[in-house]
Amino acid sequence: MRSAPSPLTPNFAHRLTLGLGLFLSLILALAPDAAFAQETSMVAAKTFDSGDTAWIIVATALVLFMTMPGLALFYGGLVRSKNLLSVLMHCFAITCIGSVLWLVIGYSIAFGSNDAIWGGLENMFFAGIGDRLRDATSIPESVFFIFQMTFAIITPGLIVGAYVERIKFSAVVIFTTLWLLLVYAPSAHWIWGGGLLSDMGWIHASLDGVAAMDFAGGLVVHANAGVAALLLAKILGPRGGFPNDLRPPHNPGLVMVGAAMLWVGWFGFNGGSALAANNGAGMAILVTHISAATACIVWSAIEWIKFGRPSLVGIATGAIAGLATVTPGAGFIGPAGALVYGALAAVICFYAISLVKRTMGIDDSLDVFAVHGVGGILGILLTGAFADSSLGGVGLPEGRTIVVSVFGQIAALAVTVVWAGVVSYILIKVTQVLVGLRVGAEEESEGLDITSHGERGYDL
Amino acid sequence: MKMIMAVIKPAKLDAVREALLGIGVQGMTTTEVQGFGRQRGHTEIYRGSEYTINYVPKTKIEVAVEDAIADRVVDAIRTAANSQAIGDGKIFIYDLGEAVRIRTGETGAQAL
Repeated sequence: MRSAPSPLTPNFAHRLTLGLGLFLSLILALAPDAAFAQETSMVAAKTFDSGDTAWIIVATALVLFMTMPGLALFYGGLVRSKNLLSVLMHCFAITCIGSVLWLVIGYSIAFGSNDAIWGGLENMFFAGIGDRLRDATSIPESVFFIFQMTFAIITPGLIVGAYVERIKFSAVVIFTTLWLLLVYAPSAHWIWGGGLLSDMGWIHASLDGVAAMDFAGGLVVHANAGVAALLLAKILGPRGGFPNDLRPPHNPGLVMVGAAMLWVGWFGFNGGSALAANNGAGMAILVTHISAATACIVWSAIEWIKFGRPSLVGIATGAIAGLATVTPGAGFIGPAGALVYGALAAVICFYAISLVKRTMGIDDSLDVFAVHGVGGILGILLTGAFADSSLGGVGLPEGRTIVVSVFGQIAALAVTVVWAGVVSYILIKVTQVLVGLRVGAEEESEGLDITSHGERGYDL
Repeated sequence: MKMIMAVIKPAKLDAVREALLGIGVQGMTTTEVQGFGRQRGHTEIYRGSEYTINYVPKTKIEVAVEDAIADRVVDAIRTAANSQAIGDGKIFIYDLGEAVRIRTGETGAQAL
């Protein structure tokens, strides 16, 4: 899938295609088209490669490590001490739920076939996969399966930051389950699994030249999670005391440790998305690192100028903003472009936080939308331009201009955000009806560690 | 005998200890506490949001002394804990009815 757009890989699977709105796209994509077969037949058969396979196995471990314990600690340090364990528990439980769902049906929906809408049910419980290679790669599909599983785990994990300190644990379980199957898996299918937004989609063949690029998940991971987070935070309501009477993050040291683990894990996230151990993977890691470092510097500079002191929580947040923003572009852009990604990520995400919290008054508690959603969307838009060789990228596919490329990005963005928004909203309401969303005021005040899980993080 | 209780800045604890040892005080008890005075806490900024810290971390010290040196102890604390800034803390002095050394059963000034 996430190969770079070089002439050697005509089946450049990250070209999302869309020239029309969601409605029209869905209708058009319903009609199977000869173009599918034509596109697929252009894929050169690859043979097993142990180097590629070894790298993706390592990358899989790195991405799992991002959620457990990276994201868990990053988020855990940002909440109050009475809720630390609940956040760790959310991340842990989501990892397990996502893993089992992925085996049962998630993978099949996302990657089972090249159908425009969904992958079907044929690969439920790993059926029909055996020891074959994943299409258009040199790695076994079992390795591709578990690499993708780690993405399916971290995406609902990111949403945790929106609902910490007040959500019912049962609501986390139910919402995560439904959301993974109805938002994440279809979205992954459309963009990475040969669905309607991929280069195998009907639109790519019909409206050649309009396509979009999402290397490692600016849309699939970060925009999806960000949109769900914003809605969930809005419907759930703010934490008691928001915005002026909250206690600050209880352990910035944990925040730093978690952010550092996420940073390293992101090498697997973006580098692994090349699905090969090659220069594309190396470049992806290089631009990932440069974007993160640049965003840290700029974020700290903003704080230093604005507040007189650069903070640890700030520099760690800058890192995550830089990493999320470079994610869709990682395999397409050059190192100089990464400087631009990182700098813009810091400035825009920094101000997005106060836009959401102060102007909109939404307690997206750990800024999932402002950092991941906004970062992912920013990266998607930038990638339309920075993939071009004139801006240091690997080059847009032949015949595609920057304008057309950016248009394709916007179209794919619109489809993703609308689907994630509408379906997430419905799923939040379903969860609300089934188990309720929020713990009682007294439980919230006492803390979720004791009231939801019967444990305390600190005995001081 | 007097019990002298002072709430000071945590950073001043060592200076106070040195000053008290210098005038012959034999022991003291310290506790990490939180509170507010006219300073009314302060604010901290995380990710651009201001958080009001209503209870400021302080160190409480308690020293039991003979009446004869009580004034000197108060002066020593006042000098050592003073940074000329808001939030330096306060000293409270009460009369102490009795003191007992647990090991020997000695009482009064003998027990201090």
